[in-house]
Amino acid sequence: MRRRFLLAFVALLAVLPLLPVPEFWITQANYIGLYTLVALGLVLLTGVAGLTSFGQAAFVGLGAYSAAYLTLTHGVSPWLTVWIGLAFTFGAALLLGWVTLRMSGHFLPLATIAWGLSLYYLLGNLDFLGKYDGLLGVPALSFFGMPLNTGRSFFWLLWVIVVLAALAVIALLDSRTGRAMRAVKGGTTMAEAMGVDTFRIKVTAFVLAALLASVSGWLFAHFQRTVNPSPFGLKMGIEYLFMAVVGGVGHVWGALVGAGVVKIMEDQLQHWLPLLMGTSGNYEIIVFGVLLILVLQYARDGIWAFVEARFPKPQRVRDWADAPALPERPKPPHGELVLDVQAARKQFGGLVAVNDVSFQVRAGEILGLIGPNGAGKSTTFNLVTGVLPVSGGQVLLRGEPIHSLPSREIARRGVSRTFQHVKMIANMTVLENVALGAHLRGRGGVGASMLRLDRAEERRLLREAERQLARIGMADRMHELAGNLALGPQRLMEIARALCADPSLLLLDEPAAGLRLKEKQALADVLRQLRGEGLSILLVEHDMDLVMGLVDRIVVMEFGTKLIEGTPEEVQASPAVRAAYLGTEH
Amino acid sequence: MDFSIASILMLDGITNGAIYALLALATVLVFAVTRVIFIPQGEFVAYGALTLALLQLGQVPGTVWLLLAMALLAGALDAVAGLRRGLPAGAVALGAARSLAVPVAVTAITVWAAPLKLPLMLQSLLTLAIVTPLGPLVYRLAYEKLADATVLVLLIVSVGTHFALTGLGLVFFGAEGFRNPSFWDERFTLGPVTLAGQALIIFMVSLALIIGLFLFFERTLRGKALRATAVNRLGARLMGISTSGAGQLSFGLAAFIGALSGLLIGPTTTIFYDSGFLIGLKGFIGAIFGALASYPAAALGAVFVGLIEAFGSFWASAFKEVIVFTLILPVLLWRSFQAGHHDEEE
Amino acid sequence: MAVLRPLVAALIALAAPLAQADITIGVSLSLTGPASGLGIPIGNAIKLWPTSIAGEKLKVIVLDDATDPTKAVTNAKKFVTEDNADVVVGSVSTPAAIAMADTLAESGTVQLMQSPAVLPAGKDAWAFRLPQGNAVMAYAMVEHMKKNGVKTVGFLGYTDAYGESWLNDFKAQSQQLGGPQIVATERFARADTSVTAQALKLVAANPDAMLIVASGSGAAMPHKAIVERGFKGRIYQTHAAASRDLMRVGGKDVEGAYVASGPAVIPEQLAAGHPSKAIAAEFVAQYEKAYGPGSRNQFAGHGYDTMIVLQKAVPMALKKARPGTKEFRAALREAIETMGRTVVSHGVLAYTKDNHWGFTTETGLILKVVNGDWKVE
Repeated sequence: MRRRFLLAFVALLAVLPLLPVPEFWITQANYIGLYTLVALGLVLLTGVAGLTSFGQAAFVGLGAYSAAYLTLTHGVSPWLTVWIGLAFTFGAALLLGWVTLRMSGHFLPLATIAWGLSLYYLLGNLDFLGKYDGLLGVPALSFFGMPLNTGRSFFWLLWVIVVLAALAVIALLDSRTGRAMRAVKGGTTMAEAMGVDTFRIKVTAFVLAALLASVSGWLFAHFQRTVNPSPFGLKMGIEYLFMAVVGGVGHVWGALVGAGVVKIMEDQLQHWLPLLMGTSGNYEIIVFGVLLILVLQYARDGIWAFVEARFPKPQRVRDWADAPALPERPKPPHGELVLDVQAARKQFGGLVAVNDVSFQVRAGEILGLIGPNGAGKSTTFNLVTGVLPVSGGQVLLRGEPIHSLPSREIARRGVSRTFQHVKMIANMTVLENVALGAHLRGRGGVGASMLRLDRAEERRLLREAERQLARIGMADRMHELAGNLALGPQRLMEIARALCADPSLLLLDEPAAGLRLKEKQALADVLRQLRGEGLSILLVEHDMDLVMGLVDRIVVMEFGTKLIEGTPEEVQASPAVRAAYLGTEH
Repeated sequence: MDFSIASILMLDGITNGAIYALLALATVLVFAVTRVIFIPQGEFVAYGALTLALLQLGQVPGTVWLLLAMALLAGALDAVAGLRRGLPAGAVALGAARSLAVPVAVTAITVWAAPLKLPLMLQSLLTLAIVTPLGPLVYRLAYEKLADATVLVLLIVSVGTHFALTGLGLVFFGAEGFRNPSFWDERFTLGPVTLAGQALIIFMVSLALIIGLFLFFERTLRGKALRATAVNRLGARLMGISTSGAGQLSFGLAAFIGALSGLLIGPTTTIFYDSGFLIGLKGFIGAIFGALASYPAAALGAVFVGLIEAFGSFWASAFKEVIVFTLILPVLLWRSFQAGHHDEEE
Repeated sequence: MAVLRPLVAALIALAAPLAQADITIGVSLSLTGPASGLGIPIGNAIKLWPTSIAGEKLKVIVLDDATDPTKAVTNAKKFVTEDNADVVVGSVSTPAAIAMADTLAESGTVQLMQSPAVLPAGKDAWAFRLPQGNAVMAYAMVEHMKKNGVKTVGFLGYTDAYGESWLNDFKAQSQQLGGPQIVATERFARADTSVTAQALKLVAANPDAMLIVASGSGAAMPHKAIVERGFKGRIYQTHAAASRDLMRVGGKDVEGAYVASGPAVIPEQLAAGHPSKAIAAEFVAQYEKAYGPGSRNQFAGHGYDTMIVLQKAVPMALKKARPGTKEFRAALREAIETMGRTVVSHGVLAYTKDNHWGFTTETGLILKVVNGDWKVE
């Protein structure tokens, strides 16, 4: 259904300039196309990666000015200036991204406002760029000798580029890199644990958005034929974000819908509002402002969300049944020392959360880590997986010290984990969430995914994801949206995701919390089977029945200190443990 | 650059910086209580200055009609919500009347008083009375529904509000610029420097507000209660703190400070309907300097911005904006590191 | 396909242009933004235009370009493609007017500029200016300065094309006439709120006079800044500042300022033999009847003059072609270029094929601000 709409749309685009429609419609469509390119970048940056930017207009300006300046002053062919402009924008975006993306939370959009304004004033004050009057008389593009100096001739070139860009972004999102980008939106901890270099991914999204804006700028310069700073200021930057939000910032086609709706609304308002007001003036920003607030209050997912609800994406076609299996990491022989925690210590100021705790986990063994709330179990987990740095002591993985490595490096060495509070991507399917776990087992990058050259690897990754889901017993739900699952299945999904990374050490943080009895039994069966295959498991749990019947050894912690270590029987008999859980006998 | 020029520039920088400091204080205040990064703060400045300008001309400023319209809308929404909740009609009507009382009274007084061309002080007070209630109304209509949203969403709402208020400013005040008379026309000479009486007033008001706000939020229970609502809304409500009341109070204070700044800055420069944005933005830079948390640091940052602007225009007048806005980046970076690991985990 | 054809036909019918006989005039003015003080009076003057010329109805479309060149280009494109305009008036802001020129020249539409915008050589084939060129005004100013013994001048002007062209024109005229030297130059942006630093530097250079190049109510701020710095010499303003806004915003500080202007704003003080005395008086009477006494200003005069030009040129063009056609637009241009001496409220226009400026150097006057009102020097 959706495919048919897309084809119809492309057919309409191909035919529109040939029809005797008013010239003004063509001009409008051209502007909408230019805006869509920038909005596409925002969908990627803000909708997918969660980085709000008000400064995209500045990148449009970079593209436009490069094109205009090089063509006018140095006579460079426009087909060359686009690459120079892109290179220039690439460099600027790398620099700005490097500075801006280190900031967290709300500091990021503020920084985008800052350099958006800064670039605008810079462009307006440089002599060779004509200052605030800008550059005039930019020549039209010419395509194999045919000048594209009418709206209609320009239309085709523009929309071919727009449609290709949209398809490229869709392809990107449906790939290993796309999943990694989505993972970054909810916070970096989970993504890093899956091996994603979150900073690099953020910069990638940022640079891609900037490049799309730059292309829009190049086209703009050759369409408008004059370039001056005013459309590259903060107001336009805000409007681009507005278009993306109104259309649906999480959806690629939302960019097109948003750009179209806002542009047409702007024109109509410019026509009607002055008549209403009685005087001329640009009053449409009042309506825009109010509309933005209303959209955020009542329809935050934008217009496309309604379309998605009516015409949801078709279920993924299962074409990976015969894809070759991914290579697996050789497991350490049974009994070998996998994890060696030596006097690990974590201090937060004066509070000692983990007090010189030592224990070992061997291959083919399940170690339980139990203790009352606040004992420091999750903190210990975070020390082992690199989420927190140790204040003292060492953590060795198969003899290699890992306590000073970042999470993703530890993940690369075969450590995988689940989280106390499920961290998943609600608007991806179960299968895709699990496939995220295999991030480190793939290699396809941005270029490969946009050009659809990564399909073979993608099939292998999805096959692996399905295999892990089958192991957990959830293969029948793989096409459901992860956000629709109940808590129990979500936890199981997390385990499948962790397994997808092909670990030699698996850390499970309260995996049974929220599971029903049958589910817990099934989980225990799976864990026993994994142990039999040579996997080492470190398990934090509160359900004593499950723990005692499952684990080989137990470490008990209280107030950050290791209380006792031993077999389940030894621990159950220990009076110190009973005192820790139930209080001392009087 | 000799000493006399440097001192003139320094005075100019500090005078402008004092206004930016007022706005920085308001920004920190609003963020500390509601987690809203209030970009439209500058619009209150413009509204204050231009409302007074229109009163000076004996005209009824359009701001009162906005006040009335917003009050009616808010009252209607409250009434509908009250009826839905099952409150008796009498209580609903009483609530509506109470919230409409001040706006209606102010509108009536303005319509009567405008043609009379009252003395400057009275007109200034009237301006404050008109613009200050706009703050809580903006909160009620734009932000309250989203009070639990992330800082990012609230920031985008701020941007929308900024657009709306700027456009409305054009409707009310037209595209012309205005300049108001000084409150104090005296000029004092200290060596090479001429200190305008107006500048003195600006300094004194800024200082008084810094000290006042600092004491209020650090030393009084009510102030701490207000800060609590930003940290944990649910917890604050459970403790009996009205989070919506806190929001409205902080926005009211912000509007008051904004209008006051407008009155103070009006005589020193020509204000247009869209001048507020840049002024507010510079105050905002100061607020970032204070990590959106500390009043003295924010004020200091704002004064710093004023000085950079003054000296920047002397040396490279065309590039002064570039300098000022590029300087935000290292400050933001620094502050972001200090804020540490608090990703917006969803 | 069967569905498509009637659908397209219906669409075309809906979008069909209106009756051909109307003369469509597209107007792009800066009704908001920094140049609004200039655009609004022209807009007001346009509201007083007659509704027809030579029996053909006038369809006037007024759009705001917000002093933004990009918006001006968008407006120009709209006039050319959607409205099929026969002639375009605009803009009053120099950068905006320049930006529009390309689009209008390409489509062969006459552009009646409301600002003395300088276009690169060969690019003004379709553009005619209604205001006096800066060179004309600079001439009057330099003569006045010479007469009053001004030898050195400090320049404080906009960073944009208006400021730039005034700087060049003033220098050129002054050199030609043996006038004063510019000893210090400072620039500022239209949207700036303070020019203290620039004023400091200029006053330190201690010239005999200051030349401020700014427009509308924005011209008051630099003037006040210079006065506040203690400058006691003469201060000159350009014709873009010749409106009541200067006095309203500037107050006491602009007393004694010398402002270049066209004759439109002071018909009463013109000599009896001045060619524009009668027309200027008509303009003032009509404008002040609609907008109140004392509302007259420089820019509204240009709007009035635009209609005089059209009233003369349109009947000539109608003889050659129908409105709404490319031929009509070309005929209109020819008419304006060949209509010869035309008396308007601002002086005498004489466009030719090579001269699209029209005014001669006698047009400029210097007015002095005395007690909040204009007085011819």
